[in-house]
Amino acid sequence: MAYTEEELKKELETKEYEYGFYTDIESDTLPKGLNEEIVIAISKKKEEPDWMTQWRLEAFKAWKEMEEPEWANVTYKKPDFQDISYYSAPNKKPKYNSLDEVDPELLDTFKKLGISVDEQKKLAGVAVDIVMDSVSVATTFKKTLAEKGIIFCSISEAIQEHPELVKKYIGTVVPKKDNFYAALNSAVFSDGSFCYIPKGVRCPMELSTYFRINQAGTGQFERTLVIADEGSYVSYLEGCTAPSRDENQLHAAVVELIAMDDAEIKYSTVQNWFPGDKEGKGGVFNFVTKRGLCEKNAKISWTQVETGSAVTWKYPSCVLKGDNSIGEFYSIAVTNNFQQADTGTKMIHLGKNTRSTIISKGISAGQSQNSYRGLVQVNSRAENARNFSQCDSLLMGNLCGAHTFPYIEAKNKTAQIEHEATTSKIGEDQIFYCNQRGIDTEKAIALIVNGFSKEVLNKLPMEFAVEAQKLLEISLEGSVG
Amino acid sequence: MLEIKNLHASVEDKKILKGINLEVNAGEVHAIMGPNGSGKSTLASVIAGKEEFDIKKGTISLDGEDLEELAPEERAHKGIFLSFQYPVEIPGVTVTNFIKTAINESRKARGLEDMPANQMLKLIREKSELLEIDRKFLSRSLNEGFSGGEKKRNEIFQLAMMEPKLAILDETDSGLDIDALRIVANGVNKLRGKDNAIIVITHYQRLLDYIVPDYVHVLHDGKIVKSGTKELALELEEKGYDWIKQEATV
Ligand SMILES: Nc1ncnc2c1ncn2[C@@H]1O[C@H](COP(=O)(O)OP(=O)(O)OP(=O)(O)O)[C@@H](O)[C@H]1O
Ligand SMILES: [Mg+2]
Repeated sequence: MAYTEEELKKELETKEYEYGFYTDIESDTLPKGLNEEIVIAISKKKEEPDWMTQWRLEAFKAWKEMEEPEWANVTYKKPDFQDISYYSAPNKKPKYNSLDEVDPELLDTFKKLGISVDEQKKLAGVAVDIVMDSVSVATTFKKTLAEKGIIFCSISEAIQEHPELVKKYIGTVVPKKDNFYAALNSAVFSDGSFCYIPKGVRCPMELSTYFRINQAGTGQFERTLVIADEGSYVSYLEGCTAPSRDENQLHAAVVELIAMDDAEIKYSTVQNWFPGDKEGKGGVFNFVTKRGLCEKNAKISWTQVETGSAVTWKYPSCVLKGDNSIGEFYSIAVTNNFQQADTGTKMIHLGKNTRSTIISKGISAGQSQNSYRGLVQVNSRAENARNFSQCDSLLMGNLCGAHTFPYIEAKNKTAQIEHEATTSKIGEDQIFYCNQRGIDTEKAIALIVNGFSKEVLNKLPMEFAVEAQKLLEISLEGSVG
Repeated sequence: MLEIKNLHASVEDKKILKGINLEVNAGEVHAIMGPNGSGKSTLASVIAGKEEFDIKKGTISLDGEDLEELAPEERAHKGIFLSFQYPVEIPGVTVTNFIKTAINESRKARGLEDMPANQMLKLIREKSELLEIDRKFLSRSLNEGFSGGEKKRNEIFQLAMMEPKLAILDETDSGLDIDALRIVANGVNKLRGKDNAIIVITHYQRLLDYIVPDYVHVLHDGKIVKSGTKELALELEEKGYDWIKQEATV
């Protein structure tokens, strides 16, 4: 017979994290704890110039004075910041020219993830910069990009090779004192990606980075900086999974995007970090600050599929500074078991005729809590600003929750702001209809969820959309009410 | 093919089916008629395996195999198809994607590979032409915003695509205009063959003008109170149900 709700619940509980394994690559780890010496040590290990070290120290000073924010609709045991090791780099860290030279164990890790580097290479037009445990260990397709003058490398490399660009832009969109987690990241960021697209250049391929938290008890502090010079275009993909660990892992990334006049940046994320076990223990804490700045006629689109993490706190935002600039946010957030997500966006309209679109799809199952929090702010000088927001929630079962917190601050009378919200439940009739056509309950849910999420999935680049669909299916296996 | 013996079914302790006996052989078309609320849709749902209904007594078997332990999708894999009286909406899932999934899941259950895309395309083209369905219609979300008639035509499109062994049509005629009725009936008749059987649930004779039944049954208060041939439907059309209700209570 088909599933009863009871059976489904049981199956849901026994679902273990698929990618819960741990790669045994030797690494060089700093002692636990955080103080000025550690900050200096990180900077030293990375052979950074003095201005970078000073910048980190200023951030650290600011962080020490700050309090962890409490306003999000999540509850968790606060991390002990002195019990985390702030730096871990794979020991063998030569730069590879070809993937054949990469540590076979690392390649194996990617195979287990079902996104083997081999496969990725085959995916036409995808350059992959793999960030594993804080240090980039492989970069491909660099040459093709270099021919167009595009810089795509780890942020550490950029600090060495292109200090003038890093110095000029780092912290300009997310200031180092912006918030608690951003300040922490600014002090201790280990690595991340850097990307610069020169004037008028259209990046010929999707730039892609796979992040993965690896060392036990190692916080991850990625720092990403993407600069699209005037009239350029780039599509950037970020995806990640993490191994199962017993203690909470902290992740506090900062992503800064700069789209100069007439430039466009598409930033897509598929995130699948360890959500915690059935009691909600041991998942990743994901506190991320992502923000983009649009100059005149520029456009930034954030697209994200969030299925992982025990606690997610994330608001990719756009500062629409230039006239006629456009900000977009497309999001699917899935929570299951005891996951908590408080996510959304901020659209800050400063320029005239600026436009923003927000499409948020929240899917909650189990006993999870899924909150959308969005701010649309229209400055007094932003004539004719327009925003459209749509927040849809899909519930499975009676124990989960969906919440919507839209904030609107309009200081200009010409602003047009629209907000729509819906909440629906996967109905037994829908499931039975699918069953009757030979589609089992598991697959039926996947079908319904994919249908619900379609507007956002459609915004993802092709290869990523397929992966994202698989992820949605995996993360909702066995959940129905 | 289908054998129902002394079937009693309830929902939340409310008795709805109260001893149904019905035998449908391959090659036959049976019509089931009866007043509103008599249990026609319930019977269809119980055959298809809807969990909501508890079978209190009796058996249902298909080709000698007891259906009771089979999940609805397993029954579908065995060739049972229900054209719903009220088809549900699935936002964001296109008609094409839905039917593709349905066909491939059924194939998987039979140990077959996915249907190759070109073959699927050919089949879709053929069946949509048969039912005079506009190509644009196939890219719309399943049943979302469909008119009543479009929903019914879409059900029969799926039926034509899946070529089931036993098709149950629950008031497929309601909501169809006169032309659509003819087109849909024509589609159903194409399915008729010596290996298939069809159960048509309807209130009106006009559908039976097109899909001519071998047998007509009247369901009243959870029981089949009268069975006959196609002439019975004509008689009902003329006289209504009162005389049957009276006969049944005598
Ligand atoms: N889920 C349910 N809960 C309670 N009562 C139900 C349920 N499903 C059906 N019933 C009742 O069972 C009886 C038979 O319903 P059913 O839908 O089978 O009738 P029908 O013969 O198909 O009627 P119609 O001609 O109007 O379609 C009705 O009284 C109906 O209200
Ligand atoms: Mg009915």
